[in-house]
Amino acid sequence: MSSNYFKTYPDEKGYFGEYGGSYIPEELNAEMQKINDAYYSISKSHEFISELRSIRKHFQGRPTPVYYCNRLSNKYGGRIYLKREDLNHSGAHKLNHCMGEALLAKYMGKKKLIAETGAGQHGVALATAAAYFGLECEIHMGEVDIAKEHPNVMRMKILGATVIPVTHGLKTLKEAVDSAFQSYLKDPVNTIYCIGSVVGPHPFPMMVREFQRVVGIEARDQFQEMTGELPDNVVACVGGGSNAMGIFSAFLEDKECKLHGVEPAGRSFDKGEHAATLTFGKPGIIHGFKCYLLQDEEGQPDPVYSVASGLDYPGVGPEHSMLKDWNKVEYHSVSDKECIDAFYELSRSEGIIPALESSHAVAYALKLAQANPRQSILLNLSGRGDKDLDFVVEKYGLPEKVH
Amino acid sequence: MNRIDQLFQNKQKDILSIYFPAGYPKLEDTLPTLQLLQAKGVDLVEIGIPFSDPLADGPVIQSAAKQALDNGMSLQLLFDQLKDARKTIKIPLILMGYWNTVYKFGVDAFLTECQNVGIDGVILPDLPLEEYQEEYKVKFEAAGVHNVLLVTPQTTDKRLAIIEKAASGFLYMVSTAATTGGALQASKEREAYFKKIAALDIPSLIGFGIHDKASFQHAASFSNGAIIGTAFIKALEKGNTSEFLESLQ
Ligand SMILES: Cc1ncc(COP(=O)(O)O)c(C=O)c1O
Repeated sequence: MSSNYFKTYPDEKGYFGEYGGSYIPEELNAEMQKINDAYYSISKSHEFISELRSIRKHFQGRPTPVYYCNRLSNKYGGRIYLKREDLNHSGAHKLNHCMGEALLAKYMGKKKLIAETGAGQHGVALATAAAYFGLECEIHMGEVDIAKEHPNVMRMKILGATVIPVTHGLKTLKEAVDSAFQSYLKDPVNTIYCIGSVVGPHPFPMMVREFQRVVGIEARDQFQEMTGELPDNVVACVGGGSNAMGIFSAFLEDKECKLHGVEPAGRSFDKGEHAATLTFGKPGIIHGFKCYLLQDEEGQPDPVYSVASGLDYPGVGPEHSMLKDWNKVEYHSVSDKECIDAFYELSRSEGIIPALESSHAVAYALKLAQANPRQSILLNLSGRGDKDLDFVVEKYGLPEKVH
Repeated sequence: MNRIDQLFQNKQKDILSIYFPAGYPKLEDTLPTLQLLQAKGVDLVEIGIPFSDPLADGPVIQSAAKQALDNGMSLQLLFDQLKDARKTIKIPLILMGYWNTVYKFGVDAFLTECQNVGIDGVILPDLPLEEYQEEYKVKFEAAGVHNVLLVTPQTTDKRLAIIEKAASGFLYMVSTAATTGGALQASKEREAYFKKIAALDIPSLIGFGIHDKASFQHAASFSNGAIIGTAFIKALEKGNTSEFLESLQ
């Protein structure tokens, strides 16, 4: 892989190999072109970069630390390090791309930010960004997720966002994207759809990756400073794939680093019971881009499920789709049960309560550590678990002892 | 000769096109609805291939598509339902759907089926124009299937020139920058846009927001005719399709 990687992928039309692109109705064409042009002209300007740097430092609290898990490493073997995106302002990595997208929106003269949210983490981050810049904010969220992620719904409302409940289909993430697109189409000139991951039509997968690269850039330096070497393994959970692209992007050229993406295996591998897109999907088109997609013979997206609301999406970022084909990243899956065990394990071993999404990465890292006691693991802890507390305790109870 | 071309050759004004989703409200309704539309003097029909996440459609069409999917509708079944349609249906037929359904079906197989059952054109709103031109245009032309392209008020002149070159059959002129189902409002800019498209060499029909005789006539005065979708689906839902179609006359 050459250091030209980021300039080569995506190509000018937004393709990562055969994935990505822009499969959108004509109504959106002109606006996507404008966003693309603005991204290249504005976000590369000195002024924009300075402002974003200052925001990251003073508002978001970056850089977030890398932390060595002493007790966990002793218990499982290996050397486990966490990139603490749970300490990023508003509690997850999502604010990294939201501040970037919102700053771009401000420069473009947009009045309102629109987005979908699954776990509510992207919604909270965007509502935070909107409040910071004084923009309106409208968040679409499935009714099922609204019930499950109540604290985040309250946070969005406190931050001044309008939360639109989505009532069709399975009432989760995919439907929330449908609904947000609908709303965006009504007024693409004054609004902008700040999509919540490295998905959607070009230029979003590229833009979101670029705004998330800060995670990998920081983590690589921090890890090297702490250990004098590069990690043997880098682990991240994959819903759409933004936190994973953020951290993987800094290690794509390091042959000695193995990259692991972790998807939700849900309750089982039966259709509708999981969202392991890169394991079971086939190339297809959804929400304006081509990617691995869980779909039936007729090309209809499959129903999906995960205990983590931020991971139950039938598609996945186009760049992950390409990296899978290249065998550059290995994609694995972790069940609900393993996720919940890992949630409690990290909480009780280290005093860090992870988001259920991130708990998938933790669960896989623990297995990896057990199997490779001599290796180091750098895990992107994408978010904190405050939003999940009531749900987990109610549904799974409080174990007296883990393992 | 392709029936769409024939239609525009014989009729230049007040062409009425109706959109409805296949397999809606009941699975077996596709053919009877076509027969009704033909009997009521509709000039052109767009049959929707149901898709669960139709980006360009409003709530009414979305929920009709969902109903059709729940009924068991699929692209293969649609071709089966249309197998003998050409024994009775003489008006041009267009299939409208989202690219993933066609992509998954296989473009070659799709075009063969279109030829077998007598489909004259397709509208695939999310198939990128460049991809169509580079990979599929030759195949569509060989099969005699028009790929009807959309233009919107936001379409730049530069892009319009590309679309005009690539277009076949007619241009689908989107009346507003919105999803289907909104209301059509008159404005100076909109009229200027209608006139600009109407001045092109290719015929055009106006769609999105046309819901009754007045809005049809207004739209048709700027183009070769207009397309009604959401309002007809509401009539299908209510069961007063004949009355609705007669009210347009
Ligand atoms: C904490 C956290 N991690 C991960 C994700 C999944 O998104 P992505 O795969 O884009 O990082 C979410 C989404 O809601 C999240 O809230």
